[in-house]
Amino acid sequence: MLNFFLLIVIYTGIYALMAIGQNVITGYAGMLSLCQAGFFAIGSYATAILSTTYGWSFWATLPVAALLSALFGVLIGLPTLRLKGDYLAIATLGFAEIVRNVLNNWDSLTRGPMGIQKIPMPSIFGFVINPYKKTGFLVMTIIFVLIAYFLFQRLARSRMGRALEAIREDEIAAESMGINTTKYKVWAFAIGASVAGVAGSLQAVFSLSVTPGTYTFMVSIMVLCMVVLGGMGNFKAVILGAFIIQLISYFPQLVGLSSMIPPQFKQILFGLILVVMMIWRPQGLLGREVRDYSRLTGEKGSVFRKKAKQAVSSTQGGER
Amino acid sequence: MILLETKGLTREYGGVVAVSNVDFQVNQGLITGLIGPNGAGKTTLFNNMTGLDMPTKGKVFFNGHDITGKPAHRICRMGIARTFQNIRLFKELTVLENVMIGRHFKTGKSPFHGRFLNALDSYFRMSREDEQMYSSALKWLDFFEMGELCDELAKNLPYGHQRELEIARALATDPQLLFLDEPAAGMNPQETEHLMETIGKIRDLGITVVLIEHDMKLVMNICDSITVLNYGQKIAQGTPREIKHDPAVIEAYLGKEEE
Amino acid sequence: MGSVSEFFQHLMNGLTLGGIYALIALGYTMVYGILKFINFAHGDILMVGAYIGLFVFDGLRGDAPLGVWTFTAFLIAMLVSMAGCGVLGMVIERVAYKPLRKATRLAPLLSAIGVSFILSNSAAWMFGTQSRKLAYPFHNDSIVVGGVVITPHQILILAVSFIMMIVLKLFIDNTRMGKAMRATSLDQDTARLMGIDVNQVISLTFAIGSALAAVGGMLIALDFKVYPTMGTMTGLKAFVAAVVGGIGNITGAMVGGILLGILETFGVAIFGIPQGLKDTIAFGILIIILLVKPEGLLGKAEKEKV
Ligand SMILES: Nc1ncnc2c1ncn2[C@@H]1O[C@H](COP(=O)(O)OP(=O)(O)OP(=O)(O)O)[C@@H](O)[C@H]1O
Ligand SMILES: [Mg+2]
Repeated sequence: MLNFFLLIVIYTGIYALMAIGQNVITGYAGMLSLCQAGFFAIGSYATAILSTTYGWSFWATLPVAALLSALFGVLIGLPTLRLKGDYLAIATLGFAEIVRNVLNNWDSLTRGPMGIQKIPMPSIFGFVINPYKKTGFLVMTIIFVLIAYFLFQRLARSRMGRALEAIREDEIAAESMGINTTKYKVWAFAIGASVAGVAGSLQAVFSLSVTPGTYTFMVSIMVLCMVVLGGMGNFKAVILGAFIIQLISYFPQLVGLSSMIPPQFKQILFGLILVVMMIWRPQGLLGREVRDYSRLTGEKGSVFRKKAKQAVSSTQGGER
Repeated sequence: MILLETKGLTREYGGVVAVSNVDFQVNQGLITGLIGPNGAGKTTLFNNMTGLDMPTKGKVFFNGHDITGKPAHRICRMGIARTFQNIRLFKELTVLENVMIGRHFKTGKSPFHGRFLNALDSYFRMSREDEQMYSSALKWLDFFEMGELCDELAKNLPYGHQRELEIARALATDPQLLFLDEPAAGMNPQETEHLMETIGKIRDLGITVVLIEHDMKLVMNICDSITVLNYGQKIAQGTPREIKHDPAVIEAYLGKEEE
Repeated sequence: MGSVSEFFQHLMNGLTLGGIYALIALGYTMVYGILKFINFAHGDILMVGAYIGLFVFDGLRGDAPLGVWTFTAFLIAMLVSMAGCGVLGMVIERVAYKPLRKATRLAPLLSAIGVSFILSNSAAWMFGTQSRKLAYPFHNDSIVVGGVVITPHQILILAVSFIMMIVLKLFIDNTRMGKAMRATSLDQDTARLMGIDVNQVISLTFAIGSALAAVGGMLIALDFKVYPTMGTMTGLKAFVAAVVGGIGNITGAMVGGILLGILETFGVAIFGIPQGLKDTIAFGILIIILLVKPEGLLGKAEKEKV
């Protein structure tokens, strides 16, 4: 039981990484991409192939997985980003399917539908992170999520995050304000893809094998659900979303009813979540994160508070 | 001195010639009015000068440089800012953020810029960039007496303030040249009066203004020079006094006498 | 076997496939024309249509030998399937899209993805994931015409899809309702001011598009198999067809569909693209068309008015 719960938390972590990436692309830049599964697959296979065929250590494969995914993000992004948002969803979905198709057919590299087995376990300072024992792996996953969270949170609060939001709100206005919208959109895509690639690496060393069947459209939908459920434009929220979706996903097993509840039930529920959230709570459970400027404008703001107050009192004649 | 000019600018949409062979000049430091009946091609002319649209024929020169067909963000960075006929604010962002976006390309090269310590500092506090952006943003908010509305979402502002915020956002890019597309549309007479003063103040700051407007009182009062478009063609150019008595302009606005 | 007859053989196969794509592409294009939104669930409606058709046909046919009755049963099944999907399409629009008309651009798209997922998984739950075959309603002995092998079911597919397209084209060009649809797609607000019941037009658009998808689904069922996720790939490809022809353009959808069918068949048969990568052809074409002529072959370039 505890073991099972740990499993859920580990999967929450792996998916949270993908959801964080999706949040940059969809929550911040406002682009509906449906190929986290594709980048996830690229990351997984990068780690799988490099560590089995070429004997690389897991840690060495990580940056390759991230960069390779980012590269594919740019490749799919460049032709489609200049176009209307709706095409993007289809083009990216198509891309994810192509990835799966290629993995299934490129036997010499990916071993086709059989996939790649016997991926070596990662180790650090001589300590082997054995996925069967869960705790070590759990700690590693949590560290990954924390690092990603802080990096991305910082990114979102920086001027880049603000620029992405401006693009989401009104691309033409953003472009007219001197923002190179194409550049930022491609960046968002590359960054969002690269974390999904890292998630893929983790997935590879967690299951110690990769098969194309793991990286279906379903994965992209789950990630999308996490972002929509938690709240677009809020990294804490999408991690929460990841946890809830994983909990739903494993709920039948968790309560020991997996024989009674058909496997499609959770998928139907995911579909319902998308529809219902859009109609009743489009901002998600937690809503968008509002950047806080109180250190500049509010009571705690030092130099700037005075300036702001002065500005206000000089223009408003001191009254509220 | 001519700051911006178009030469033979033409824009066709399928069969519709929205702007036809227009030579348009903007003199530095002045307020230029662009008027004409609905559908005359005023907005299209703006779009072709600000990189949002590509002319079918003709060229645009800014400070003597050919800027025809340059992307809008490059043109903005060269010193041309604009507002839109149907307000295009970043609705879900705050008033402050809207103006800070105007400062975007003026600060930082990347989110992780600067020397190492600087970068570390800015990593944990993000202070530098934001403080820089904030103080210039505040300057322009004060200019429009909106300092207090900093934390409001743009979409929650009353209409008049939204129009002003759009101008503030454009000014935050430190433009040499400011294009205003019907800034007084939907404003009441007091607000329009106020806007007129503001535009005068902007000119006094040394910023050249080009303004599309249907409110004749406003145009005639504050413009130094006026260009009139009709059916995509330039039919007149001159001082407000000249334009008022130009027979072609009167005909365009009132129709032919004998009909 | 001359290579000329081989060419015509592939052309025939391509046309058959293309006719189906065209039928499905019409649904995407009609909805896009009016709501400027891609109905992601369209592919799954096709799947529902195939299942309805399959069940009704099997039920009506019983043990009857192939003959006039089985063919009639097939046509009845097709009508029932069209009606069923028409209603389904209208209901989906009412429940999942209509409340979102004023929402952000992303909202209806996400909702549609949700609907798509609900449909395909409900089908898997109710009917199982195994694939089924829709029986031919007549003797499907192939005929050889000038070295080209043609099967009656191919003729049926071609006939049905072309008749449907012609009827639709006549309907849109010549009837009051068709005129209302065109007006609504040009400018919704003005159409409303002119007394057009826009909600009704939108409902009708979904009904017609979904009914055509149902036909498409049944025709696919004749050629291939019926299973819960059959609509995903086919739907995507039909969408590509709509984009190739120029999304929003009815004739474009037909041209795009047929073109895609032919290109796909030729890609495998003539250019030697491996069967396993057949599905990637459509997306390659999508990317190319988006780069070279994003408005599609017959579409008008549409730039957001500033
Ligand atoms: N993107 C476009 N596609 C097709 N036609 C266009 C487009 N933009 C403008 N037009 C046409 O070009 C002509 C000029 O339009 P424009 O918006 O420039 O006029 P305007 O002078 O700004 O009018 P208004 O005072 O109403 O704002 C109109 O006939 C318009 O329909
Ligand atoms: Mg205009």
